[in-house]
Amino acid sequence: MLKINDLRASIEGKEILKGINLEVKPGEVHAIMGPNGSGKSTLASVLAGREEYEVTGGAVEFSGKDLLEMAPEERAAEGIFLAFQYPVEIPGVTTINFLKTAVNEIRKYQGLDPLDAAQFLKMVREKAKLVNMNDSLLKRALNEGFSGGEKKRNEIFQMAVLEPKLAILDETDSGLDIDALRIVSEGVNKLRTPERATIVVTHYQRLLDYIVPDYVHVLYKGRIVKSGPKELALELEEKGYDWIKAEVEAETAQ
Amino acid sequence: MSTETIDLKTRLVTDFYAREAVMNGEAQSEFHQTKRKALGIFEDRGFPTPRNEEWKYSNVRDLISHQYQFTGEHAVTEEVIDSLRIANLTGNILYIVNGRYEASLSTIVSPADQLQIKPLHEAIKERPELVSTYFGQLAKSESDSFTALNTAFAHDGVFIHVPAGKVVDHPIVIRFISDARAENVGSNPRNLFVVEQNAQVKIAESYRTIGEERSFTNTVTEIFVAESANVEYYKVQNEAEKAYHVGTTHVRIVDNSHFYSATVSLNGGFIRNNLTIELDGQHCEAFMYGLYFPDGKQHIDNHTLADHRQPNSYSNELYKGILRDRSTGVFNGKIFVRQDAQKTNAYQSCKNVVLSPDATMNTKPQLEIYADDVKCSHGTTTGQLDEEALFYMRSRGISKNEAMTLLMYAFCEDVVSQIKIDAIREHLEGVITEKLAKK
Repeated sequence: MLKINDLRASIEGKEILKGINLEVKPGEVHAIMGPNGSGKSTLASVLAGREEYEVTGGAVEFSGKDLLEMAPEERAAEGIFLAFQYPVEIPGVTTINFLKTAVNEIRKYQGLDPLDAAQFLKMVREKAKLVNMNDSLLKRALNEGFSGGEKKRNEIFQMAVLEPKLAILDETDSGLDIDALRIVSEGVNKLRTPERATIVVTHYQRLLDYIVPDYVHVLYKGRIVKSGPKELALELEEKGYDWIKAEVEAETAQ
Repeated sequence: MSTETIDLKTRLVTDFYAREAVMNGEAQSEFHQTKRKALGIFEDRGFPTPRNEEWKYSNVRDLISHQYQFTGEHAVTEEVIDSLRIANLTGNILYIVNGRYEASLSTIVSPADQLQIKPLHEAIKERPELVSTYFGQLAKSESDSFTALNTAFAHDGVFIHVPAGKVVDHPIVIRFISDARAENVGSNPRNLFVVEQNAQVKIAESYRTIGEERSFTNTVTEIFVAESANVEYYKVQNEAEKAYHVGTTHVRIVDNSHFYSATVSLNGGFIRNNLTIELDGQHCEAFMYGLYFPDGKQHIDNHTLADHRQPNSYSNELYKGILRDRSTGVFNGKIFVRQDAQKTNAYQSCKNVVLSPDATMNTKPQLEIYADDVKCSHGTTTGQLDEEALFYMRSRGISKNEAMTLLMYAFCEDVVSQIKIDAIREHLEGVITEKLAKK
């Protein structure tokens, strides 16, 4: 589904991603871990199409198409969803109106008729229930004055509504207490299907107790330096990142 | 190009004396003497130039380089009015066409004990004492040439009197129509609203132009809000590319009274709005909201003044603007706190989104404070749409255009939602949606 080949990207002339290789198949959950500044969030942003980053090399194929050629909205319509580390507050635009516009723009892209108000409302109510999202939040301005937990839950709710093929969760656990973390993770787990792939970007192993990955990758200095099964996350939790850093330094020295 | 040899000012002054010559005995009346004095001031000062600090960014050179027909003649029929109707609008709806009050087109639904509405010249005849107590007390000819000009030609416009304790259920909507289909037209509408103690009323002024020729509207509104009264005042401008509008609204509020205003300028070639609120009492509150959305080569200038004269009063101001193409905007907002006005709370904010490198916004917030125990703040921002918000929306599948439209609509809605006459608010939302879709 997603094939990343030697992806390089920089911001303001500084290279952050230095050759990423990764393949994600339908239904798989990949965790991307790594110390601060290793490029985890950059990878998530580049996949979603954030324009501040300049792709300087490599290729990304998504469902057989060249992802890097697409505008952010086209990527969304093709089925990529990024749950933001810091969801943006948008005063004056209600969550419900925002989502209705999003759903119908995506349907238009896919050549489908727009949902009418009744169909849309029915669908949204079901999805809200799925992620324990309070109806009253839907009528409020998008994320405005939401708590950290509410914002993250709203991200997962949007994901439920938009039904992406590939969900990228960027540090979804950051700033969440354990209860909020559990609620958000349950939402993500309910949305797991054999078709839908997930990339979980996180600094801590904690989130992976709830969202259990098939693969764990360690990103360091802009490259994936180690990949392994879910047990790798536990090892990282136990030993920290220093041994990985040491391994990499040793390799570079050779 | 024109063969006209006399300028607009000379023409207006000549016009005044020609009218006076056929007035018979009325020329001796007190009211006419006021007008004559105003004319003298206008004649003396002439139109302002950019050398005048108050007019630095709004040059009236183009406005005064044309001639206008000020007779009030027009060809507006019921049919034309029908085409200008605001959907679902009910209440007291008055039409002033080319400066002339049109009783046959107007509808007054509120009972006479709740509300008196008359064309100004009738009110002068029928209630001379009431009118002379208030007329010209706020908008002074000495302070501004356009006010002097308006006063000199004050004839029609609307006089509203709400007696003490009356709550007017239906809004009053005054629609000023410039019929510029046949020729350039000019008008000097003059309004006087007197709202007595403990009374409540909603009043809207709406300005429209029809036709391709030029229009020059020079309007003055004086509003007196007595103790514990509550007034909502909306000014809505959706005029044509060749419309020049200079409008002054001067308000006085006193003890425990409340005044809410929203000035929404969506279209017009050249617009200058002056809004002055005197807070001349304790525990009174004034809210000033504004929205301007020029495009093309339109120019919209808002000058506001919150003049705190007594202790314990509150004012809050929010003006927002979106500028496109080669349009220009001006915001000049002043908070004036006099020495006696201790414990004043006064807030001001002006936010602008400039969408084109060729558009210009000039903002000048001014605080002038002579009391020492006050809370005042002001802030202006001028920038582009929030990039982070745009990316967030696009990442959900919303196209860049649609995302910009949503953000701009929300930006406008902040002000438009303050308008409590539903039909007018919905009408404006429609105009904004249409204007946003133009790009």
